[in-house]
Amino acid sequence: MLKTPLYETHLAFGAKMAPFGGWMMPIQYQGILAEHAHTRQGVSVFDICHMGEFKLQADPVLSGLDHLITQNIISMPFGSCRYGFMLNEQAGILDDLIVYRINKANWMIVVNAATISGDLAHLKENLSAGCSLENVSDKMAKLDVQGPQSLDVLKKIFGEGIGKLNYYTFSEFIFDQETCIISRTGYTGELGYEIYIANDYVGRLWKLLLKDSRVLPAGLGCRDTLRLEMSYPLYGQDLDINHTPLAAGLEKFVNFSKDFIGRDALVREQKNGPKEHLIYFQADSRRAPRHGFAILDKGRQVGTVTSGSFSPSLGKGIGMGYVAGNYDIGAQLVVKQEATEIPVRIVKKPFLKKTSLYELRINT
Amino acid sequence: MNIPKNIFYTKDHEWARIEGKIAYVGITDYAVHSLGDITFVELPKIGKELKQSAYCATVESVKAASDVFAPLSGKVLTVNTQLVTNPELINQSAYEKGYFFSMEFSNEAEKANLMDAASYQKYVEGISK
Repeated sequence: MLKTPLYETHLAFGAKMAPFGGWMMPIQYQGILAEHAHTRQGVSVFDICHMGEFKLQADPVLSGLDHLITQNIISMPFGSCRYGFMLNEQAGILDDLIVYRINKANWMIVVNAATISGDLAHLKENLSAGCSLENVSDKMAKLDVQGPQSLDVLKKIFGEGIGKLNYYTFSEFIFDQETCIISRTGYTGELGYEIYIANDYVGRLWKLLLKDSRVLPAGLGCRDTLRLEMSYPLYGQDLDINHTPLAAGLEKFVNFSKDFIGRDALVREQKNGPKEHLIYFQADSRRAPRHGFAILDKGRQVGTVTSGSFSPSLGKGIGMGYVAGNYDIGAQLVVKQEATEIPVRIVKKPFLKKTSLYELRINT
Repeated sequence: MNIPKNIFYTKDHEWARIEGKIAYVGITDYAVHSLGDITFVELPKIGKELKQSAYCATVESVKAASDVFAPLSGKVLTVNTQLVTNPELINQSAYEKGYFFSMEFSNEAEKANLMDAASYQKYVEGISK
């Protein structure tokens, strides 16, 4: 089991640790509900060192990089990030990732922890021999600072300049004479930042962040409830090689005006419509749908829950899952496992519509 | 770990406080700590006949759902309806405000299958090792 540079720090803080994607990660400190609420109202710091980072020096066209990603990366301004997918020829999702364009030919690609080696093999196989690809996951740490107060907290450490970052842009900042990358991105639905910094410096940064009495550590437990309330998919649960971006309803992250691996299969799928659709549903009770529960329509199974939980913000059970066929918003279904039956209603995503992410995006 | 004296415990981490023929039932501090924040409880119906060690209630935390088993056999008298809207009472007060229900138990001899505080303390320490 792998450990992040902050492993001992978490233990000393009394965190509950559990395996996640091959890593021993902090699931909670004071409690999932308290950490969830603090992220929505204040500011939390998350140890996300398990995620993968690749650095790439390559011309986006000549190297074949643009051909590997569903988004158009040639048009990306320097200092911007873009969320997209790597697909196989059948348009199955190999990973969801964020591409960072540092300058004309320098890139950082941020991928899921469990898919690092698979992604690396896929990139090596498809990129031209001339470009340099380095897996820096073992050297690079990542902290997410998320919540409506995150900007105020980070200004104190990195200076006023961080206020200039728009949503899905990044810049280099100095911490302890070390250069780090900070992007205005996140997985919580709040105003937030992701900080990429060398392993040797992350302990000091973590400590400094927590010196600010507004900041509390938060674990992967509330990261999951926070992202689920925003309907953000989790790779390995809601996205996988058996589903396409069309089935997941995420075609806005696919650019059909260019060629990429999996495009032909997606175009074919578009003609007839995907066999399955990712739907979002809410229970009227506090009872939580769970991963693996069956989704029933009038007693007949039509799909399976991929993610589900109690929503701390709504006080209701929420979830998502793939169903065969087309269902409208408002349709009534049942999720079931053994004797547990939860009536649910299909809702429009996201579950939570008012957060600091939306409020502050309007201003920038 | 809070393990009050004068109440009885099961291996599945339920507790029973016995007052005459009536037992008040809940889950222990140890159970609450392993579950984390409790978000939902399904209580038995009043009048339901329970069997010792058989399923009687469900408790859900953010991460998982768990079954609760009856510490004794008998009939459910009252249920703590406050838990329906405020399941966090179980986290805040596992042995008082967070009790699940009361029951009229039918077989005195079943008490022999329960642990006292000292035995339960040892049992829990054994699990933690």
